[in-house]
Amino acid sequence: MDAEAAKYIGAGIACIGMGGAGIGVGHIFGNYLAGALRNPAAAGAQFTNALIGAALAEGLGIFSLVVALVLLFG
Amino acid sequence: MAGPIEQFEIKELGGKLFNLGGYDISFTNSALFMGAAVATITGILWLASRRAEMVPGRLQSVGEMWYGMIRGMVDNVLGEDGKPFFPLVFSLFSFVLMANMLGMFPYFFTVTSHVIVTVAMAFFVIGLVIAVGLYKHGLGWFSLFWPAGNINFFMKAFIAIIEVISFLSRPISLGLRLFGNMLAGHIVLKVFAGFVVSLSALGFGGALSAIAPMAMAVALTALEFLVAFLQAFVFAILTCVYLNDALHTHH
Repeated sequence: MDAEAAKYIGAGIACIGMGGAGIGVGHIFGNYLAGALRNPAAAGAQFTNALIGAALAEGLGIFSLVVALVLLFG
Repeated sequence: MAGPIEQFEIKELGGKLFNLGGYDISFTNSALFMGAAVATITGILWLASRRAEMVPGRLQSVGEMWYGMIRGMVDNVLGEDGKPFFPLVFSLFSFVLMANMLGMFPYFFTVTSHVIVTVAMAFFVIGLVIAVGLYKHGLGWFSLFWPAGNINFFMKAFIAIIEVISFLSRPISLGLRLFGNMLAGHIVLKVFAGFVVSLSALGFGGALSAIAPMAMAVALTALEFLVAFLQAFVFAILTCVYLNDALHTHH
């Protein structure tokens, strides 16, 4: 196989990791919304925590994206 | 047609100026937009606070919301001890926000889409966390990594190793998160804009179907404005959360 082709395949495989980040971020905001609808009075105070969790989960997906970009353009 | 990655190219404005000890320190488009971001923040906040009135006007409301949002966040996360760090968090938030927002204009350069800028800020934040932690708690600050509670010694040592690794990966993840979000957003915008051009080149049918990627590019631009704000806010929140480790270490 051509080395150039392997680079593109590797970038595609690396991007699969972003799916996991999508699941994680969806899970956090879905659960936040479920909790907020049960107890709307407590929702405002917990939004910052939801954002922190989402940012931490998203960061891991960004790692795989960076790996893909390094493979494509690096 | 330019590829999706050319927009991040750093160009020297006005040719090579300096060469200091092997380092090229010419004035680049990146430096120009960093200056533009600082000038915009200073301008907006100066105009907002120039004639402060009891009933705020439009611009003064923006300034007060901007200040109040970060003030509330710092108070929430850090409490009373966080007061000295408010100017730092506010400056970081404002700079990242304005750099992201300026990058949304066509033909403008996005400062935060370069890993050197974001990771340098992240390393500064973590360096400050370590300095503040050691200053406030002395060597006892390292108990941060040692779990409390009644568990096996080997288990504690194992958790401590994981804690140290997770602490050391913070500057990288903090910087790469902002960098990756801005880079990916701008690349996706460019890719969809490229679809419009290459579809239109196919003739009338192609130009008609180019409406779909065009609508997508408009929707993604709206999303990118949200991401630009959210990532600036996340950078500020995480700065506070990490500083909280240094200020309120459990003993």
